[in-house]
Amino acid sequence: MAARTGSNRVAFPPSWTARVAWLVFGIYFVYAASHLELTPARFFSGLEHGAKFVARLFPPDFHRWELLAKGMIESLQIAVLASALGVLIAAPLALCAARNLMPAWATWPARAVMVVCRSFHPVIVAILFVKAVGFGALAGILALTVASVGFLGKLMTEAIEEISLKQVEAVRATGAPFISVVSYAVVPQVFSRFVGFVSYETDANLRNSTMVGIVGAGGIGGTLFSAFQRFDYDFVCAIVLTIIVLIMIGEILTLRIKKVFGI
Amino acid sequence: MQPAATAVPATAATAASPAPALVLRGLTKEYVTGKPVLRGIDLEFAARGITAVIGPSGTGKSTLIRCINRLVEPTSGQVIFDGHDLVALNRAELRTARRRIGMVFQEYNLVERLSVMENLLSGRLGYISPFKAWLRRYPQRDIERAFDLLETVGLSAHAHSRADSLSGGQRQRVGIARAMMQEPRLLLADEPTSSLDPKTSVEIMALMQTLSGMHGFPVIINIHNVELARRFADRVVGMTGGRVVFDGSPDAITEEHLKSIYGGEDWLE
Repeated sequence: MAARTGSNRVAFPPSWTARVAWLVFGIYFVYAASHLELTPARFFSGLEHGAKFVARLFPPDFHRWELLAKGMIESLQIAVLASALGVLIAAPLALCAARNLMPAWATWPARAVMVVCRSFHPVIVAILFVKAVGFGALAGILALTVASVGFLGKLMTEAIEEISLKQVEAVRATGAPFISVVSYAVVPQVFSRFVGFVSYETDANLRNSTMVGIVGAGGIGGTLFSAFQRFDYDFVCAIVLTIIVLIMIGEILTLRIKKVFGI
Repeated sequence: MQPAATAVPATAATAASPAPALVLRGLTKEYVTGKPVLRGIDLEFAARGITAVIGPSGTGKSTLIRCINRLVEPTSGQVIFDGHDLVALNRAELRTARRRIGMVFQEYNLVERLSVMENLLSGRLGYISPFKAWLRRYPQRDIERAFDLLETVGLSAHAHSRADSLSGGQRQRVGIARAMMQEPRLLLADEPTSSLDPKTSVEIMALMQTLSGMHGFPVIINIHNVELARRFADRVVGMTGGRVVFDGSPDAITEEHLKSIYGGEDWLE
């Protein structure tokens, strides 16, 4: 085939809409930066302060290890209990919310509950629970349970909605009651993904459980916050390092658990 | 092949046997109001023998078979099985009726992440409580039956394999064994051979024929392969446009009939 020389057919026509959109974005970026006084001078002086702060972090101070251990253990308990309660509530809720198995009158209320649970950051929810049930770990557990229900519920609902309905049809055809249909045709299809979701949520709860303490909902967060306020930066460093180690241990455990379930 | 235990004089009895096992009266299904997929099906099925339902794609064969056990709700009409009109039953009564209606599917529809044994035992789910089913506490009688059936379909070695590790032909054998676990009084098969190679298709049809003869229940098979229908069925029902246009013995079906069922004639040459 002879090439059609001199033709001006264009394979990728320029999109003027996209060009204008990029231009508008660029102008807004410059405007926003100037508005917030984001100047290089400020940035470099900030770096200097940062360096001083980092210098004061080291060496970490593990002298008050009892306080540290007590806080970490409480955080861990909050994370594990909140995740377990979250799964217990989220799994049946997700089943109710799955559009492929349930009628609209069941899915909408279940979805509404999940949306409300997801609407606020765990710290905000923790403030509410501290007001309601007082300072301490209970408020933290409840706050993180709410967060877990929101996220696990959504992930689990989506997993259930992606299952193969052919397998469900076959089990229904045997005359199985609904609960048996769920346990034989739905659960086997979603179980491995649920284990993944739960391990991810436990990981997130471990991180968040160190946060809710800042508002008085128990755990290491309270200790961390007061150390900051007293400029005990070496103790702050000790706490931060411990949290990192804890999250790493959690990661390793997750891998082990996944192996046990053969995922 | 396993020899049939009893001789089956089914062919002669199709037309006027005393008590039909299944009667469909005026069965109609409209997925969209005003556009019926089934237009008043009237059929009687004898207590024995294989009935093949043939017809072009989209003519309502799958809908017909699913209306019998109400996996698809009929819009109107009656399905009389075992002295009851299945269409009139409530959910609990329907589940009881479904326990005795086995079903085999085109794509096997095994629960892929469960073992072969669990898939077989799921045929007994209608009989045991959800709690016992969840704990896998089946009566020993069911477990024995499952192992016997696995032997019958030639898969004894695979009892503990996961269903998704089997080949297509093996999966369909498990599908048939699962239906047999229900001790069915009627077997529905929705294009059981369409996903299989020709040799395996013949083996699967022969297996259903043997089991039907041994245990004495009628089989209704949707099938695209007219040759297989002629070879294994005792009766052929031809459908087109949601209506029955042929009903008779497989020998009686001619090219004229096939033309009226599938439309056109170029494809026959």
